[in-house]
Amino acid sequence: MTAVVVAERVHKQYGTLEVLKGINLTVHKGEVVCVLGPSGSGKSTFLRCINQLEDIKSGHIFVHDELMGHKPSAGRLHRLSKRAINKQRQGIGMVFQHFNLFPHMTVLQNLMLAPVKVGKVPKEAAKSYAMQLLDNMKLADKAHSYPAQLSGGQQQRVGIARALAMKPDLMLFDEPTSALDPELVGEVLEVLRDLANAGMTMLIVTHEVAFAREVADTVVFMDQGVVVEAGDAKEVLEHPAEERTKEFLRRTLSPTASAQKRTD
Amino acid sequence: MTELTWPLSNLRSMAESRLVLAHSLSDARSSATSVPDPNDNENLAEQNIGRSAGLPELVAPQRHLGRWAAAVFVVLMLAWVGYSVYTNPSIDHGAISDFMFSGAILQGLKTTLILALLAGLLSIALGTVIALFRLSGNPVLTAVAQGYVWVFRGTPLLVQILILGNFSLFYPELAIVVPFTDITLVSADTNSILTMFTASVLALGLHDAAYMAEIIRSGIQSVDKGQTEASRALGLPGWVMQTRVVLPQALRVIIPPAGNNFINMLKMTSLVAVIAGGDLLTQAQNLSAANLKTIELLLVASAWYLIVVTVFSVGQMMVEKRLGRGYSRRSSRTAVSLRLRRISK
Repeated sequence: MTAVVVAERVHKQYGTLEVLKGINLTVHKGEVVCVLGPSGSGKSTFLRCINQLEDIKSGHIFVHDELMGHKPSAGRLHRLSKRAINKQRQGIGMVFQHFNLFPHMTVLQNLMLAPVKVGKVPKEAAKSYAMQLLDNMKLADKAHSYPAQLSGGQQQRVGIARALAMKPDLMLFDEPTSALDPELVGEVLEVLRDLANAGMTMLIVTHEVAFAREVADTVVFMDQGVVVEAGDAKEVLEHPAEERTKEFLRRTLSPTASAQKRTD
Repeated sequence: MTELTWPLSNLRSMAESRLVLAHSLSDARSSATSVPDPNDNENLAEQNIGRSAGLPELVAPQRHLGRWAAAVFVVLMLAWVGYSVYTNPSIDHGAISDFMFSGAILQGLKTTLILALLAGLLSIALGTVIALFRLSGNPVLTAVAQGYVWVFRGTPLLVQILILGNFSLFYPELAIVVPFTDITLVSADTNSILTMFTASVLALGLHDAAYMAEIIRSGIQSVDKGQTEASRALGLPGWVMQTRVVLPQALRVIIPPAGNNFINMLKMTSLVAVIAGGDLLTQAQNLSAANLKTIELLLVASAWYLIVVTVFSVGQMMVEKRLGRGYSRRSSRTAVSLRLRRISK
């Protein structure tokens, strides 16, 4: 199996606060990796470091064997130019907790902007591919709507379609269902499931333990900036080896805890 | 975007859950035999037969006698003021209509418009640069931007106009030189470059730029951070991100205060009359100095200012409507039709 993402000893600091304390992680081609962990564990930050939305302090992140964001020179790593980083990002799709759709553009315009402006795809071709993606998401009738006219679940599906429009071979999901009403979570998870079945390499930061158990190949449990436990999804979720993992799963799976989450 | 959509969908889901709650409550009621079903009209009518006998069903619309009285009173007072002006023997009404389209007044109007447009362009260009300085994250540039706003917003426009109008008194010669040396590339007499017109454009533009800078800065800062993150994640180059994602959203916030600011500046052009800027008010005053019809010419100038401001206000409204696309769940309506609806209700 070829490795798509390789992270080695990744450290990240905000001022004096160390949020990532040496993360090691490998994501193979076609693998679905779910990252679980309490809030503040650094899981979202790690995801954002992969596509250089955040700069790291030390360590290496490779995507397709290419060192992300830096080049070595005189015994140090130096930040690449913005243009070079933008080029590296093109093969990586990202989906955000709050969708971050462009509110002043229609759904179709949201999907076409990057392929036309970055990928230099002809408008007609970009449009037909965008319509095809929307069709897959059962959103073809919303092509000319504005994001504010859609439900949360529909907006997140547009967010996924927008990322897919660049034809990425790696998808990063930053808590894709956390901002959704409970009854809308299902439609987004269904799209993720379809993507996983289609063989997409996916790294998903999530709170949906049940979904992770069903779809993920690998589960990574993070806490306080370190990977506490990683391995086969069923193994980690059903027979966690570490006390912190057990504690986390107990809290998220107990009915009172999940009821509390719903009312948040 | 998220701030806009989230409250909306939350509200909607809240409303839905309340509906569900209402349904379950009414279910509970109908299952209990002692409580009558509020939807069962026949049953209800039978039970209330004594109380509602002979009572009409319809509720008449409320009458607003106080509102009508106030409206009539205010309209009468306005009519009286208008009548008093119209019948005032000291005002030469013929002169107003004569001078409204006289050559000198139209020339002044043209100067005022050109002055306002040029100063407006200078203000937008310079204001954008200062706003970008302010947001650059470079402490020196930020301080320079703050210093500019401090000076030009902190001193009266009239004083700035007078200083630029009298610039030749303390810089008799303007030149392009190599800084900190004695090498002069081009030089010219101040009065030949800084005419009263260019001095007016500069004074208005420099003053207005201080306000525009703050307006543009707040507009750019109002765009959600998630928008730039999504752009970067898609690999959009900085230029595309700024022009296609950030600016259109910032403009929506910038246009209303910027339009206000421009209209304000348009009227402030009248201040250049103190350095004989050749604007509408200068022309009106020149005419009244000759024929002593002071009030008539001031009314003529006022009428023209009002007309021009009205035209720009309508233009601003149309731009705002276009930039508002995507921010309403319903199709957008213009402010005018909304206002009309409110009155007709």
